[in-house]
Amino acid sequence: MKSKGIGKGKGLAAIVLVMALAAGCGSGNGNSSSNQESGAKSGGQVIKIASQSPLSGGSSIQGEAIKLGAQLSLDDHKDEFSKLGFTLELVPYDDQSDAKKGVANAEQIGADQAVVGVIGHLNSGVSIPSSVVYEKYNLPMISPASTATEFTDRKLKVANRVVARDDFQGPAGAQYAVKTLNAKNIFVIQDKTAYGQGLAEAFRDAAKEAGASIVGYEGITVGEKDFNGVLTTVQSKKPDLIFFGGMYAEGALLVKQAKDKGITAPLMGGDALDSSGMADIAGPDVAGTLYSSVAGDITKSNKEWADSYQAKFSKGPEGYSVYAYDSMSVMLAAVKKSIEDNGGKLPAREKIRDAVRATKDFEGVATKVSFDDKGDNKYAKVFIYKFEGASYPGSMISEVSQ
Amino acid sequence: MNDILHTLPQVLIDGLALGAIYAVVALGYTMVYGILELINFAHGEIFMTGAFVGTAVLLAAQGTGLAASLPPWLFYLLIMLIAMMFTGALGVGIERVAYRPLRKAPKLISLIAAFGVSFVLQDVVRFIAELRTGNYIVSSSSLYGERMSLPASSISSLFGDATVKTNTLIILGAALLLMVALDRFVNRSKWGVAMRAVAQDRETASLMSINVNKVIVLTFFIGSALGGATGVLFAQQYGTIDPYIGFILGMKAFTAAVLGGIGNIRGAMFGGFVIGILEMFASSNLGTLTGGSFGAEYKDVFAFSILIIVLIFKPEGLFGRAVKEKV
Repeated sequence: MKSKGIGKGKGLAAIVLVMALAAGCGSGNGNSSSNQESGAKSGGQVIKIASQSPLSGGSSIQGEAIKLGAQLSLDDHKDEFSKLGFTLELVPYDDQSDAKKGVANAEQIGADQAVVGVIGHLNSGVSIPSSVVYEKYNLPMISPASTATEFTDRKLKVANRVVARDDFQGPAGAQYAVKTLNAKNIFVIQDKTAYGQGLAEAFRDAAKEAGASIVGYEGITVGEKDFNGVLTTVQSKKPDLIFFGGMYAEGALLVKQAKDKGITAPLMGGDALDSSGMADIAGPDVAGTLYSSVAGDITKSNKEWADSYQAKFSKGPEGYSVYAYDSMSVMLAAVKKSIEDNGGKLPAREKIRDAVRATKDFEGVATKVSFDDKGDNKYAKVFIYKFEGASYPGSMISEVSQ
Repeated sequence: MNDILHTLPQVLIDGLALGAIYAVVALGYTMVYGILELINFAHGEIFMTGAFVGTAVLLAAQGTGLAASLPPWLFYLLIMLIAMMFTGALGVGIERVAYRPLRKAPKLISLIAAFGVSFVLQDVVRFIAELRTGNYIVSSSSLYGERMSLPASSISSLFGDATVKTNTLIILGAALLLMVALDRFVNRSKWGVAMRAVAQDRETASLMSINVNKVIVLTFFIGSALGGATGVLFAQQYGTIDPYIGFILGMKAFTAAVLGGIGNIRGAMFGGFVIGILEMFASSNLGTLTGGSFGAEYKDVFAFSILIIVLIFKPEGLFGRAVKEKV
């Protein structure tokens, strides 16, 4: 009897605790809604768009670029929306290139009713699990950078991207390597991530089909600094091209250590090598390194835009900046259209989600955007770049369209 | 088989360089364990801090033109000394703040404190690095970046030529020098005797008028200074560092210490070289050995399987009993 009494006491305490917590949450919500009301008085109803990208960690240079690109587009559309009676606001989240962090952020974003869309993520490995959460909240996302096929192949209603898919990026790179560079023996290295492995496999299969022979296929571990073991194998196989599916931190070290070993075959990689980090880490050794990128060189094709970016943030745009800009523009166009269709009021998230997917022939700064039924952009292209010296970006040397 | 022999000289050289780094870092783990029976998991981060301090001094000196006025070897030595002093002091500070108050607490508590310290160090270094450059991956130039060819093929046509960086030789030389110096210090000097005494029995040692606290402080200083010196060698070898290099490397160095018999200095040195060479061998030959079904990505599985097999047959580690005294 006695122990039962204690049990009851504990149970009661637990209930009280839960209630207190619930009350805390409740008052929290109350606060935020009152904030919204006061916001409504000053500048109209707040529409929030979240950005999710790694703002810290090894890919922070590109993650920051995504945030700033989205910011620029949002600022450009502020006036347009204030005429309709809405205030735009960007809420940047740091996903740390970590799937767990991305999902946790996604839950937070989904719970905030003022958020109507998400720009992000950078890494496919984060985009994929996070998109499941957005699907639950009917929250449309447009990724300016995630290229893994699985991202859109699950046919989620919310997942869209403006860039090309890996299964096109890989083959486009392979096509260039085999047809233009005449590479016969290719060594493929991947970093065991969803992105790196997907890209490396797509490249390997396409290169085989195009007639090249794959003399080796090996993996490395993200975060390590010594890749001499794998490179010794590369050296003994004497390939005329090394393809690397992975991020720039490892890619740059591979380039450098390959040069240390006296390997002369150039290294080719995917869009993740499209970073000034390559030149910083590898220094002069980076010259000759090739990368295929889903991002074109905006400083060449639209200098005006690049200058406005430079003026606003006092740093030059990275490859993804302009795609984040276009993603945000597509998102805002869809939001605007669904507001107009809804008689000037902000519609439910489902409506915005469908409006994003229905985007047709949108003229962005970098690319035209038309989403197909899976959320892939029909106009996405792949560009081939080459580092000429220890400076970023490399120069665009070829362009492959679908 | 021919492939394996052909690449062997290169694998051995790269493995020795990596192994030397593991070995010196492993010394820090094994010394602290010998004295306190504490696994100082923050040691990997001390190594990392040493790498950052060394790189910071290098970049600062290059910025002010001081680097050009000194001969490179002296400059290299200077950087290492500064990093060693810094990390030595850091190690002593960590012992004072995080471990000494917990010395009488259960071992598990100190272990958790060690984890805490390692997270703090990672993020403090990341914060400082980001303040300066906006990106915590820091690159520096190598003082001895020249490459030379080692004509191993002249010994036997089965072997291929190997390429060596001058810095690889410096790593090997410096690591050997540090290890020999430590070995002599522990086995020959008065303080070394005191350290071995404390390791054997702390209370009896204190009755013999040995200042136990001083010995522990000295152990932390030496272990951490060795870690810091290795950090500088590492930064010079790979040219790029980030605040998270200490984790994986620390794990492997700790493994090396266990392989050699934790608490045993010569065992840690041996274990470091074994792990380094095994890892390098696996990453360049696993694909060939298994016909492509297991690639280089399984190198750690391979190295750690060997560790497990050794520990099944010799749980005290390779040198665990061969030498009685431990520090």
